Amino acid sequence: MNSPAPNPSEKGTFVTEAALKRLKKRHAAEMRFKLYGQVAIGIAVVALITLLVSIFGQASSAFSRNVLTFDTTLDAAQVDPTGARDPDEISRNVSGFNLLLQDNLADQFLPGVEDRARLRELYGLFTRLAVLPIARKTAERPDTIGSQQRFSVALADDIDLFLKGGVTERTSIKLGTVARISGSIETGVQMAFSSPDASDDITKAETRFQEASAADSAPTTLVSAGDTWFRLDTLADGSASLTFIAGEQALPAAGAQASALVLAQAQENRTVSDRQIAWTMLLKEEGRIKSTFNTSLFTHSDSTYPELAGAAAAIVGSLLTMLVTAMLAIPVGIFAAVYLEEFATKNRMTDLIEVNINNLAAVPSIVFGLLGAAVFINFLGMPRSVPLVGGLVLGLLVLPTVIIASRAALKSVPPSIRTAALGVGASPTQAVFHHVLPLAAPGILTGSIIGMARALGETAPLLLIGMVAFVAEVPSGPTDESTVLPVLIYKWSTGAERAWEPQTAAAIIVLLVFLVLMNLIAIILRRRFERRW
Amino acid sequence: MDGNVEDFTETARSKQAQNMPEMTKVECRNIDVFYGEKQAIFDISLDIPDRAVTAFIGPSGCGKSTFLRCINRMNDTIESARVTGQIFMDGADINDHSIDPVLLRSRVGMVFQKPNPFPKSIYDNIAYGPRIHGLASGKQELDEVVESALRKAGLWEEVKDRLLAPGTGLSGGQQQRLCIARAIAVSPEVILMDEPCSALDPIATARIEELIDELRERYCIVIVTHSMQQAARVSQKTAFFHLGKLVEYGDTERIFTNPEDSRTQDYITGRFG
Repeated sequence: MNSPAPNPSEKGTFVTEAALKRLKKRHAAEMRFKLYGQVAIGIAVVALITLLVSIFGQASSAFSRNVLTFDTTLDAAQVDPTGARDPDEISRNVSGFNLLLQDNLADQFLPGVEDRARLRELYGLFTRLAVLPIARKTAERPDTIGSQQRFSVALADDIDLFLKGGVTERTSIKLGTVARISGSIETGVQMAFSSPDASDDITKAETRFQEASAADSAPTTLVSAGDTWFRLDTLADGSASLTFIAGEQALPAAGAQASALVLAQAQENRTVSDRQIAWTMLLKEEGRIKSTFNTSLFTHSDSTYPELAGAAAAIVGSLLTMLVTAMLAIPVGIFAAVYLEEFATKNRMTDLIEVNINNLAAVPSIVFGLLGAAVFINFLGMPRSVPLVGGLVLGLLVLPTVIIASRAALKSVPPSIRTAALGVGASPTQAVFHHVLPLAAPGILTGSIIGMARALGETAPLLLIGMVAFVAEVPSGPTDESTVLPVLIYKWSTGAERAWEPQTAAAIIVLLVFLVLMNLIAIILRRRFERRW
Repeated sequence: MDGNVEDFTETARSKQAQNMPEMTKVECRNIDVFYGEKQAIFDISLDIPDRAVTAFIGPSGCGKSTFLRCINRMNDTIESARVTGQIFMDGADINDHSIDPVLLRSRVGMVFQKPNPFPKSIYDNIAYGPRIHGLASGKQELDEVVESALRKAGLWEEVKDRLLAPGTGLSGGQQQRLCIARAIAVSPEVILMDEPCSALDPIATARIEELIDELRERYCIVIVTHSMQQAARVSQKTAFFHLGKLVEYGDTERIFTNPEDSRTQDYITGRFG
């Protein structure tokens, strides 16, 4: 290299041109590396945030639900036709309670109407089983039969979804008051509104929806005036011709408040009819429909109706399964690790065992499911779909993880502690249990809890041992039929109705909360024990 | 087996009671140590006197620590290590099957190169040994044991107000004295020290050396050291090891002033090692 001699007075002999160049390159490499790291972390954070936002966004509607309050007299003839006051009989008498609810609605909206189709449309605001909690409540307190009671029932999932802004796109338009009105309820009504922009607003909204949807579905406009709801047929010269659909069967007086609800789709293309929307809106105006916290997610077990389905059985099932898993994997794992790490002589046999344990940790979980089905169910004759078998399978699944984590934790305890204990005359067992194990405890606990968290999220092996069964009862012990949260999520996610979507997201959140709690416990335990070091 | 164990401890007490001066505490006969195939100690025979300090010196890797660890059978804990030959303590063969290493180690305490207190309180560090050996019944007796051990190790004044503070929070020199106190607390007869000052500064080293000098009155002390000055300062007997063999053994004064072997001469004058 024939670089010009550097000026020693300025730079010193170390700082040659070549050295500076190398230095610059090194700094650049350092900066690049830092950047790569930041980009990697950025990607991870963005992915996590996207996941959380999407799940919470979807689930938010599942955590609230709309319920209708209704007052009724618990007529003994309907509620308990046999008169035996048998709680089982009463809680099973869903149709009786259903009739109470249906009569209540029919009295309000369709008095004297015999049209079956129309009535069914009204009754469609609820599913048949919506009254089940009422039936159970009454069965618990038979003395309330015959008295006036106030109940609340969950609306059908489609209606609930509509109230939460689903089903179809919509816009509400204030039309001011009714300026002119003519015609009759039966043959059609002509109406004009005080707001000068009324016709323009409605047309604009309809056109917008029309353009937005590729389908040939025409937008529908519903008009409410006072307590009466109409469907808009034509709109010309500021005068609307309307057909009565629901509400008070009388022409609204001039000056009544009027508004329009423009829906993006015609009723043939949605799951909620115009009348159902009108009834729902009327009930809401009355204050009888309220949005409440969806406790059924935690109190109900699975159901074929999304508005009634809850995760209670799965939560209890998961807890029972975890209990069995913990009781198998943690003690066996820790003792195996202690033996292998502290007592076993290192020879070919222990090497073989070690290699096998490491390999077991990498075996796909579904293989453990097959093993469970073959050994526990077929060979040992244990019942299917029970947390006991699920817990045993998951216990075997996390056992290698627990052993590996525990061995790593034991290895990290400095050998000087062992020699110190042996030096004062402790036996090897005393040295391990008095000194080494307590020091390794935080690592062992962390490993165990992370293993448990993995087990909590496992689906595949449990499908194979039949924990995917529909379970309507909260299990009371590890030998009751049960399901677990991840399997429930899998089942709900395959549900056809739209309402399963938020329900699934809500169940995912429940699962995530459990996982976060477990990790939190791991962190707290680690902190607590580490302070002693 | 129980009978033998009792004999072992009985003999110890009776001999201790006699308090004979210049009595041999540990007799080593033809000790060989192998690590796997490799032989680390070659046929060493040596008598260690009671109530005196015996220093093992020699260059690194000469086997002095290995030999020291034979005396409380710490080599048992190393899987590949194999010890042959006999070691008698007060006339009993410590390698005999009837002697449990746990009992032996309660009589032969050990202090290691690096201070290794348990990550527990100062009190628990000292109390651990007496607890597992059942040397104290009741809290008060245990308190007395702890205090006396700390006093003997010259640490009491420094830590009496913070007995419940973690032992790992002490300075290096204090930690090493804590380890000595921990060894004393199980009332051993022999204390083995494996380079106890190598991780300490000169002031802490001086403090430990003073302590060793005081302890000499009650215990048989064996110390491995790299520092010839230290050996000369604290010991009455010195053994020089080289390449796994015992080269020379005798009174410290003689070894340092008038060594018989030329290798000893070379080592103590700093020509190698």
